[in-house]
Amino acid sequence: MSAPPIVEMKGISISFPGVKALDRVDFRLFPGEVHALMGENGAGKSTLIKALTGVYTIDEGEVRIDGTPRRLGGTADAQAAGVSTVYQEVNLCTNISIGENVMLGHETRGPLGINWRDTHRRASEVLEKVGLGELDPRLPLSTLSIALQQLVAISRATVTDSTVLILDEPTSSLDANEVENLFTVIRSLRDEGVAILFVSHFLDQVYAISDRMTVLRNGTFQGEFMTADIDQATLIATMVGKEMKALDSLERASSRREVDRSGAPVYRAEGLGRKGSLEPTDITLHAGEVLGIAGLLGSGRTELARLVYGADKPEEGTVRLEDAEAQIASPSQALAARIAYASENRRDEGIIRDLSVRENLILAVQAKRGWARPIPAQEKNALVEKYMNALNVRPADPDRPISNLSGGNQQKVLLGRWLATRPDVLILDEPTRGIDIGAKTEIMEEVIALADEGVAVVFISSELDEVVRLSDRVMVLKDRRKLTELLAGDSLTSDTIIATIAEESAPEDPGSLEPAGTGASS
Amino acid sequence: MSAAITTPPAAPTVSRLERLRQQLLSRADSLPTAAALVIFVLMLAYGEIAYGRIFQLSTVSNLFINNAHLIILAVGLTFVIISGGIDLSVGAIIALSSVCGVILANAGWNAGLVILVMILIGSTIGLVSGVLIQYFDVQPFIATLAMMFLGRGLASMLSTVPVRLDEASGILLLGTKIKLIDGPKVNDLVITPGVLIALLVVAAAFIILHRTRTGRTVYAIGGSEHSASLMGLAVVRTKLFIYVASGTLAGIAAVVYTARLGSAQNITGIGWELDAIAAAVIGGTLLTGGFGYVLGAVVGALVLGLMNVLITRDGSIPPEATTIITGGILLIFVLLQRAVISRQRE
Repeated sequence: MSAPPIVEMKGISISFPGVKALDRVDFRLFPGEVHALMGENGAGKSTLIKALTGVYTIDEGEVRIDGTPRRLGGTADAQAAGVSTVYQEVNLCTNISIGENVMLGHETRGPLGINWRDTHRRASEVLEKVGLGELDPRLPLSTLSIALQQLVAISRATVTDSTVLILDEPTSSLDANEVENLFTVIRSLRDEGVAILFVSHFLDQVYAISDRMTVLRNGTFQGEFMTADIDQATLIATMVGKEMKALDSLERASSRREVDRSGAPVYRAEGLGRKGSLEPTDITLHAGEVLGIAGLLGSGRTELARLVYGADKPEEGTVRLEDAEAQIASPSQALAARIAYASENRRDEGIIRDLSVRENLILAVQAKRGWARPIPAQEKNALVEKYMNALNVRPADPDRPISNLSGGNQQKVLLGRWLATRPDVLILDEPTRGIDIGAKTEIMEEVIALADEGVAVVFISSELDEVVRLSDRVMVLKDRRKLTELLAGDSLTSDTIIATIAEESAPEDPGSLEPAGTGASS
Repeated sequence: MSAAITTPPAAPTVSRLERLRQQLLSRADSLPTAAALVIFVLMLAYGEIAYGRIFQLSTVSNLFINNAHLIILAVGLTFVIISGGIDLSVGAIIALSSVCGVILANAGWNAGLVILVMILIGSTIGLVSGVLIQYFDVQPFIATLAMMFLGRGLASMLSTVPVRLDEASGILLLGTKIKLIDGPKVNDLVITPGVLIALLVVAAAFIILHRTRTGRTVYAIGGSEHSASLMGLAVVRTKLFIYVASGTLAGIAAVVYTARLGSAQNITGIGWELDAIAAAVIGGTLLTGGFGYVLGAVVGALVLGLMNVLITRDGSIPPEATTIITGGILLIFVLLQRAVISRQRE
């Protein structure tokens, strides 16, 4: 590449109390390229990004943007230097309009203050670039799905004519089509000369979109590669520092296990439903079985899980536990019936940010016992130690605030939280979202181990490969209803699941948001 | 990931019906404000039918004159509450500022200077609250509660008995009644400079909230402070501004109130912060932040004021019951807001 790099970071070190998050890391970004930042959770990707966006102060090293050394003191500084960021959790304000979210801080101003007509017109222009030109920018942002909000966030980044655009896990809540859309936007921005830093855990996506990549491991620089020159196996090996055999050994682990479905099911619901969230659905869970739930975003996966757990009160349907009639209308009833649910929304419905790992871990056990009966300190420590070891939580310090842990390790703590309640039924909603391959493998191994111990596990993931790998049985959902259930076997692959969903794609309901005839091409 | 999955394209092709529904939805957050307006009109109509002489110039004039200070306070609280905070100090600011002002005026200070000092007392207390909240990470509730005790205590140290303002003081000019329309009998449209000040405050606040970046940042902070700062907005400066504005407006309210009453006392304004919060909430401002209108606060303050008028006129309702009715109205509005929010969540 002949042009000089637009961003050059040299010897960057950042320390937090007790951790060296980045250790003399080098990084460069060229205009007109998509550069993937790769590494496991805790490798330092987020820290590097936050160093570049001015959220963290750099202890050592130098950042040059467009050749001039910069000391960035905050997001506003970074934006002024032409660096815009779109974070994994969409950081927009849902209480104001779409157009305002795009233009906030860059509104057109006239003698009478903000000129809303022109501001919204400009917002429309910018939205047009990401394929959202048809949206009415005056609508509140809350009317959009997360996927569209993500695109709005990206169009916001283009308002400032940024030279550098950082996309941190932009695809983690998008479905395949939305990802394709996003990639089209990214490519057109790249062709305009914007330097794009792309972070994703989806290797396929990284290979599809990036030109170059930088690999980090444990806060150290592992190398910079042209994407075309490095194959997946080598990349993974560089990221984890060992050959990744674990995922392969998990391959079809489920098909080697025999599930006894003859006894009374641990949990059986008939016609479980709630208006506007899920059509009446039957679901049966057997001890020692992993039930995978597959479906696109918005197909009703999470809704089903929330109904089983009582987080949303079912409006219809009967529930039987071990053949005894039961009613589960609230999480506390579910917990008492030994049903546990780990939410997909780790940040808002999972971790309690300000509490330590220890407190987060014992939370559910304590809730189950009731607040009047505190767990004795000794028992508490034993529990915490047991699950931190079993799940390999790093750093192994139970007194660290959970917000200091990487996403994968937070997820492990949450898994531990529910395991500590010794559930008969464990519902895991997207437990592998946004975490690295190493942690992913560990969590998936844990799921299989749990099933072997006799727990009925419900595994929800938008990664079809994971669902196929782990599940003994797969329930396929679409448009908030159950399509079918498939038993694991050689015939069950992600392609068969996709085919099942695709076959059902011609909508009969004219009120549906889907334009008719999308399935015709398949 | 396979491209074989067929899903609707990202660009939404919504039916006309859907678009209409969305447009209604986009206006849903102004529903409580509209409801407040409706209730206000209904109260006027009821009063007119049941007691008479409500729907006339003199009553409306008095409503504004007697509640100008509350309108100003409610506007200040609207800023604070939209940003997701709270300010409990405004009642105490009125006490401190008005006692201080009367004592200084009686000591012979120039009226203009006294007014400036009264306003600056409010600004200073607001600034301290803002600094505590922003730089010392104190909860808004606690920071402004501390300021409330401080202000009330300082006022009590200055005087524990009512102090009368010299009849010659220029401050009283702000309370002069100016007849705009000379109606039959005493049915006149009357206005005081204090009312004008309140209206100016409302207009200025409206422009700031809807037409400036600072105002829009207030909304963004209420939506998500974290997002607002990641968007590169001036969160720190705006939050300081909010509390300084609330304090300053409390100072202005103290001037307006003192000018009308002609005296000051250390126990003036007890519970007014709650009246102002109630006015803002009745006017459609969400206590959780992010939604609200200045005009709503005005309507809210007028609803509270009119309620007092109606109760006085009725005569059979004991004045002690006023707070019960205030509470009831407040509850109805909060429930209405919850209904609107839950519909928006769907």
